[in-house]
Amino acid sequence: MSSDVYIIGIGATKFSPSTPEFSFKELMYEAAVKAYNDAGIDPRKDLDVMVTAAEDYWEGISIFDEYVPDQLGAVLKPVFTVSGDGLWGVAHAHMLINTGQFDVVAVEAHSKASDIVDIQSIWRMALDPYIHRPLVDNVHVFAGLEMNIFMESLDVDRDAVSLVVSKNMGNALGNPLAPYGADVDPDMVNESEVVSYPLRSMDISKYSDGAVVAVLASRKVVEDLGVDAPRILGIGWVSGSSYIEEWDFAAPEFVWRAGQLAYSMANINDPYDSIDVAFIDDRYSFRELQSIYTLGLDNGYSLNELVYNGVTYPDGDLPVNPFGGYLGCGYPLVAGGLQKLYNAVMYMRSGGGDVETALVMTRMEYPSPSAAVAILGW
Amino acid sequence: MKLPGTPYKNEDFKAGKIPYVEDKPDARYQFSVGIAMSRFLEELRKGKIIGIKCIHCGRVYVPPRTFCSYCFKPTSKWVYVKDTGIVNTAVVSYIAADRGRMDKPLVVAVIELDGASPGMGILHKLGNVDPEDVTSRKIFGKRVRAVWKPEEERTGSITDILYFEPVEED
Repeated sequence: MSSDVYIIGIGATKFSPSTPEFSFKELMYEAAVKAYNDAGIDPRKDLDVMVTAAEDYWEGISIFDEYVPDQLGAVLKPVFTVSGDGLWGVAHAHMLINTGQFDVVAVEAHSKASDIVDIQSIWRMALDPYIHRPLVDNVHVFAGLEMNIFMESLDVDRDAVSLVVSKNMGNALGNPLAPYGADVDPDMVNESEVVSYPLRSMDISKYSDGAVVAVLASRKVVEDLGVDAPRILGIGWVSGSSYIEEWDFAAPEFVWRAGQLAYSMANINDPYDSIDVAFIDDRYSFRELQSIYTLGLDNGYSLNELVYNGVTYPDGDLPVNPFGGYLGCGYPLVAGGLQKLYNAVMYMRSGGGDVETALVMTRMEYPSPSAAVAILGW
Repeated sequence: MKLPGTPYKNEDFKAGKIPYVEDKPDARYQFSVGIAMSRFLEELRKGKIIGIKCIHCGRVYVPPRTFCSYCFKPTSKWVYVKDTGIVNTAVVSYIAADRGRMDKPLVVAVIELDGASPGMGILHKLGNVDPEDVTSRKIFGKRVRAVWKPEEERTGSITDILYFEPVEED
């Protein structure tokens, strides 16, 4: 399958720990106005389809997909919602445009995590009610299970993991949309509170509110507008088993397969050589290293070497989450993938043509873990 | 007539005859109402209904929103509308939230308020209405006005209006 779909515009609100002054509709509108302005289109005339990504329990509103058209310029247009992360929405928009039936499809996702009184209680309801809820109250247990075997299997140092936190929170200092930028010493991470050993509190991305809208378009539209827009070279998503006991805890196969789908579409055989910058899952600090390994971005380095040699730092051979990742921007629930896409597009635009290819990847759970990967290029 | 299948009763579950797992969801939210709805609710506390006008296309929205759904421009001009209007559509509901039958049916209507654009209205209850006027559709187009809670009982909620009732027409 080939890909001839472009990102002609993208807009985002700031990401904040809480946004009591705005309703979710007002956040969505801000991101949409910015995105359409960025794309140079009038949604009332030019938008063919609107795709949103949402989960009812994050919203606190059943059948949430019915709440979206007005604030996105999509009244009296085809609208549908993907029950998941916004990067899955991008994959659906990509398919719609590739059918040849639609030229402009926008994708929206947002987070109002601060509206949820006890977010762990919502995570808990995602767990199997028969055999897991009676045992586990806090989903960070599963991240701890994953982190422990990952570090053991791939011989990853605690300091290497802590340096991911230090790097990403430091990277966020230069990102005006990021709320959690900080100068963090790895020792601070090592000494932060144990949540589910070896996972510590600073290994966990804090939540953020925010909204992102991306405008995707066909080549015809790009040519009509006469703009230079990043193209989606490849995109794919894959789910693992919904039986948590059967997860590939150390090096998840579903991540590898999602990467292979995207690489195959983009004709990429050597990811490390082909990818200039990566915006990948770091909801938990160790996930950044795990994703690098599973997506074949390690270039034969051990993961410790990769970090200690500065390969993933902003001036390294493969910058990873150079605008702060979830650790620095906050984890905006289902808007996570679009937050990373936004950062990738901004990074590519600011690169003066030197950044040829960017990889965007995020994960969802529970109970089925799944990953989506997109490759952007010019 | 004997119907096919196995009949279950609540007692069967309590007696352990049918395997089940009980769990109590704990989903609690505190919704940020935002710029437009905050003003709307605060005005209700004062006994007033406020809308907002899109300067670009002239629509007056009630309840207010910060964006125009149809031209996608920001709305910016607050306008008070009257607490009177006409019934656009109405329904008589006999079923309660627990699926039980209500002794006294609930009449719900969409009311186009005076001062709002045609087709813009709020959903509310109708009081002092004969359900027969709804089932016969005589209520459509009838003028109604809001019946408010006493000022000291208002909380900044849509329920500060108790219901709308018909207005005697000349």
